[in-house]
Amino acid sequence: MIRKKEFVIEKFLQLSAIITILTTIGIVLVLTIEAFKFFTEVSIIDFFTKTDWTPLFSKKQYGILPLLSGTLLTSFIAILIALPIGLVIAIYLSEYAPRRVRNFVKPALELLAAVPTVVYGFFALMVVTPFLQTIIPGMSGFNSLSAGFVMGIMIIPIVSSLSEDALNAVPMSLREASYGMGSTKLQTARRVVVPAASSGIVVSVILAISRAVGETMIVAIAAGQQPRLTINPLVPVETLTTYIVQVSLGDVAHNSVEYRTIFAAGITLFMFTFALNTVSHWLKNKYRERYE
Amino acid sequence: MISVMTNEENKVLNTNLLIPKTDPSKDKDYKIRTEHVDVFYKDFQALKNINLKIRPYTVTALIGPSGCGKSTYLRIFNRMNDYIEGFRLEGKVLVDDVDLYKDKVLLERLRKDVGMVFQKPNPFPKTVFENVAYGLKIQGVKDKHFIQERVEHALKQVVLWNEVKDDLKKNALALSGGQQQRLCIARTLAVEPNIILMDEPTSALDPLSTGKIEELIFELKNEYTILIVTHNMQQAGRVSDRTAFFYLGELVEEGLTKDIFLNPKKERTQNYITGRFG
Repeated sequence: MIRKKEFVIEKFLQLSAIITILTTIGIVLVLTIEAFKFFTEVSIIDFFTKTDWTPLFSKKQYGILPLLSGTLLTSFIAILIALPIGLVIAIYLSEYAPRRVRNFVKPALELLAAVPTVVYGFFALMVVTPFLQTIIPGMSGFNSLSAGFVMGIMIIPIVSSLSEDALNAVPMSLREASYGMGSTKLQTARRVVVPAASSGIVVSVILAISRAVGETMIVAIAAGQQPRLTINPLVPVETLTTYIVQVSLGDVAHNSVEYRTIFAAGITLFMFTFALNTVSHWLKNKYRERYE
Repeated sequence: MISVMTNEENKVLNTNLLIPKTDPSKDKDYKIRTEHVDVFYKDFQALKNINLKIRPYTVTALIGPSGCGKSTYLRIFNRMNDYIEGFRLEGKVLVDDVDLYKDKVLLERLRKDVGMVFQKPNPFPKTVFENVAYGLKIQGVKDKHFIQERVEHALKQVVLWNEVKDDLKKNALALSGGQQQRLCIARTLAVEPNIILMDEPTSALDPLSTGKIEELIFELKNEYTILIVTHNMQQAGRVSDRTAFFYLGELVEEGLTKDIFLNPKKERTQNYITGRFG
């Protein structure tokens, strides 16, 4: 009787695991099939080389570059904010802060990641943009600067928390060696601990970028909806994610080319985050046992 | 000389950090004196009323069972115990007549004069060259030629030069354990300390590497004052001039190594050395 019960439980757990995997496979499959149909109608070379994205206009152009540049620009601005701030926080928490402070600050910081992104989006649009406009006249109401800035704040905990884990994993003996030779705390952190934790820090940054690339709400609200190939952070742009939202909410007919553009954009996005996650996974495994 | 920081010196700290070694001809009788030293970790008393004087250019072995306070004693001289929560010291710790815990001693400078070699080889995950150059670089030494010379000299001192001279850019972690430990000693020597603290420097090494380190210690005592913590009685016998036996936070007996080993005055020392406990 007990054996039978164990058997049922085991199969049930197995089934749950299989469902998760099947779901993922299903998503990738749908993405691939729909994207494949899209590419039978639109040349893949045009898709990656044309610089206009106007599938919803009468003169249709299917160049993904403007969306890609919008995503990269906002993500780049975000990481420009998150990397230095996140790293400084991580160094402070791991090398300077008393344990009491760390146990309070780390979870408090992680709360940043728990704020709904729609709140961040409105914060960018209603607070950050008007403020920046007082400094930079002529800045557009929708722009990648404030969207990227706020997104950067959102991903600070990813950088700081994972980097702090990496710094913490550096053996105490290396710090002792450094102090023992007359280094200050700052010298020890900068010349010994951070370099020794560099692979972990890189992983944290890659995961943060991956998060920024996939972020939707903030950019949809604050960065605008104008596909534009530019590196100017002051004008409206559109990201891959924003475009998908825009079309999904619109009244585009199913099974049309316009409809399939979201799968083409989707698979581009997926490839991107997939590659980033793979690289970080590979880095993590490669350097994990270095000190053990 | 251990230098005491004045306000003026504090300002020019980065310009004049290389302190010359003591001249053997002008030695005072003792390099190190500890007088009535008590050490506490919160409520626990780790050292009880330690009185010990150490002459320059000697090797002193600190022996005793685990937890007897010998490592704590070793680490009071470069103030590495300061990082331990609840650490407190009473009494006098004098190096070159400077009281390390009373006078205004700058830790960064103290640790250039009092170098340390640890139990497990702990090279930085950097190149061989960068490891040895580290101490100079953190002092702000920029002169590449000078650094190069100093690195070569230090590596020759530890008899590692011939083994690594063609691979100075190799990661130090790729060296063998024994080579790593000699590298760590070279790294300490490169900043020209005058006291070297060794905390069981061979406990993680094979007998051959241990032999090399012991030979090295014997050589180094011509230029440095060395304190070595060891669990290995034969090692204490081979390398040290004097031996101090610690037990439960007390200094039981100190004297010439051969006296301690052949003719100990206290029964507890006799028991420990002959392996009856510990």
